[in-house]
Amino acid sequence: MNRTVVFILKSIAKAVSLMIGVSILAFTLVTVSPLDPVRMNVGNTAYNSMSPEKKAELASYWGVDTPPVERYLHWAKEFLHGNMGISLKYNRAVSEIIRQKFLNSMVLMLLAWLLSGVLGFCMGVLAGARRGGLIDKLVQGYSIVLASMPTFWIALVFLMLFAVKLQWFPFGMSVPIGMDPADVTIFDSLRHLILPTITLSVVGVANIALHTREKMIDIMESDYVLYARARGDSEWEIIRRHALRNILIPAITLQFASISEIFGGSVLVEQVFSYPGLGQAAVTAGLGGDVALLLGISVITAVFVFGGNLIANILYGVIDPRIRRGQNGGK
Amino acid sequence: METKKTILDISDLSISFVQYDRGLQQIDLPVITNLNVKVGEGEIVAVVGSSGSGKSLLAHAILGLLPENANVVGRMEFAGELLTPARILQVRGKEIALVPQSVNYLDPLMKVGPQVRNGSKKPEKIRRQKSLFQKYDLSRETEELFPFELSGGMARRVLLSAAQMHKSRLLIADEPTPGLHLAMAKRAMRDFRAFADEGNGVLLITHDIELALEVADRITVFYAGTTVEEALVTDFSSEKLLRHPYTKALWNALPQNGFRGIEGLQPYVKDMPKGCPFGPRCSNRTDACEGEIPLRQVRGGAVRCILTEEKKEA
Repeated sequence: MNRTVVFILKSIAKAVSLMIGVSILAFTLVTVSPLDPVRMNVGNTAYNSMSPEKKAELASYWGVDTPPVERYLHWAKEFLHGNMGISLKYNRAVSEIIRQKFLNSMVLMLLAWLLSGVLGFCMGVLAGARRGGLIDKLVQGYSIVLASMPTFWIALVFLMLFAVKLQWFPFGMSVPIGMDPADVTIFDSLRHLILPTITLSVVGVANIALHTREKMIDIMESDYVLYARARGDSEWEIIRRHALRNILIPAITLQFASISEIFGGSVLVEQVFSYPGLGQAAVTAGLGGDVALLLGISVITAVFVFGGNLIANILYGVIDPRIRRGQNGGK
Repeated sequence: METKKTILDISDLSISFVQYDRGLQQIDLPVITNLNVKVGEGEIVAVVGSSGSGKSLLAHAILGLLPENANVVGRMEFAGELLTPARILQVRGKEIALVPQSVNYLDPLMKVGPQVRNGSKKPEKIRRQKSLFQKYDLSRETEELFPFELSGGMARRVLLSAAQMHKSRLLIADEPTPGLHLAMAKRAMRDFRAFADEGNGVLLITHDIELALEVADRITVFYAGTTVEEALVTDFSSEKLLRHPYTKALWNALPQNGFRGIEGLQPYVKDMPKGCPFGPRCSNRTDACEGEIPLRQVRGGAVRCILTEEKKEA
């Protein structure tokens, strides 16, 4: 029982320090960025034609003249009170923007995460089960080629091929252009989701397949598989009875650790497909000097990635008997 | 002895591995050459050799567990039938059972009970497993343990139970005792004896010559991947009854026989001496030792040495 309390307290401490670290880092990066937030906000032409008084007024309105440390502390204090601030770019509450963008991104990322996880796992298991076989060669070839391609480039190629040339899917956005939001059906939304999801998964698959394959090879060369063979188990029985059981733990860890990659990939993919999600909002915020929005997104993302790793850790303890039962007196 | 049937008969077994030496040059690395082992009904035959002599590979060859780059030449017979790769697939785990070295050969994530039953939920399998556990003094709760929760002695008994889930004719025990203290090791040996006495065969692969002498009927001495001597366990009562200089050296190295070692090391497969592999360490070496050394039948045993005399040495 004590152990659990300590674990929870430790996890909270880690999460808090991570959030502080991420927010300071993001804040510093935006602060030292050469982009002037006021200029970015009102636009270059408007800014140049403004009187110096007006410029000064705007600068003081957005707090440009306040020292950075003070600005950060102010933001942190408000954040703790649940106020994430107003977005410079969208002129709306950051929390509201994040909620809306997050919903869009979430569906995309969740689908891509599941798809790449399941596909990558199956491919890795099949490839590793018979090392050097035809499936192994295909999976390896696919994974190495895919892993060496930049995500945004694949996104562009898919866009050109499937959206522009073949016209199977819309070329971007999350709803049909010019349609009243009230008329958008779930079918429309799904149709817009398919291409970004496939792009994101296709890249994620490679990584997971290669890692799973590696683990699978280790298992197939282990002493207990050798012994299972000696006991007359067929290859299929060995895979079903021993390999899958043993590969599940590393696979789950990998799957939850890959959340960060899906987040990273979604920034690029959303940009290419003009998909109005969190990733795109992050890019907009970063380029527009929108400190409040960027900090909000960074912190929320960090919490999610941290949560993923935490879940992996907890699951590890639940699934692996060596950890679960080894605590009380085992070896 | 004469009426007993042979369960396992291995003659002139050679195993080599294809390896890349330097760059793309392939070499054939011989790890076992002209090995001979025979196990009869009711017999425990110990294959004794130091580590690196190729003992475990023998077990792997019989069970068809060698990696793909291994070349196997020679003749293996099991219960009077030629042991072909297809036949191996039929008998392994059923008529030939392996008792592995340690608990590491059990799936770490599978409970012991189901693992011994090989995942089977059939009532007769469960009954058999339970009765075997009872026979080996394993409590009911043992079934529900994971391999890492077993003590060394329990692990050995679990592995022994697993080997007897089928009615096997031959048990291959690959170093079954390291890590066990003497009482446990002796108990393990008694279990093997009991199994052999039911008319089965046990091939005991070990580096522990004292243990082998304790339990085995015949001893096959292994040196640098080949059989140098086949002796009855009674031959070990006196140095004079032994046939090969290496066996004699082993005998002399036993604490009760003087505890004297000899110079040198077993040669590595890549720089094997010409002729007799033991030649460089042998005090009786002659020029003829660099030629072909056949396995000869001498005084009810066999020896791969041209110098051994037919009659009892004075």
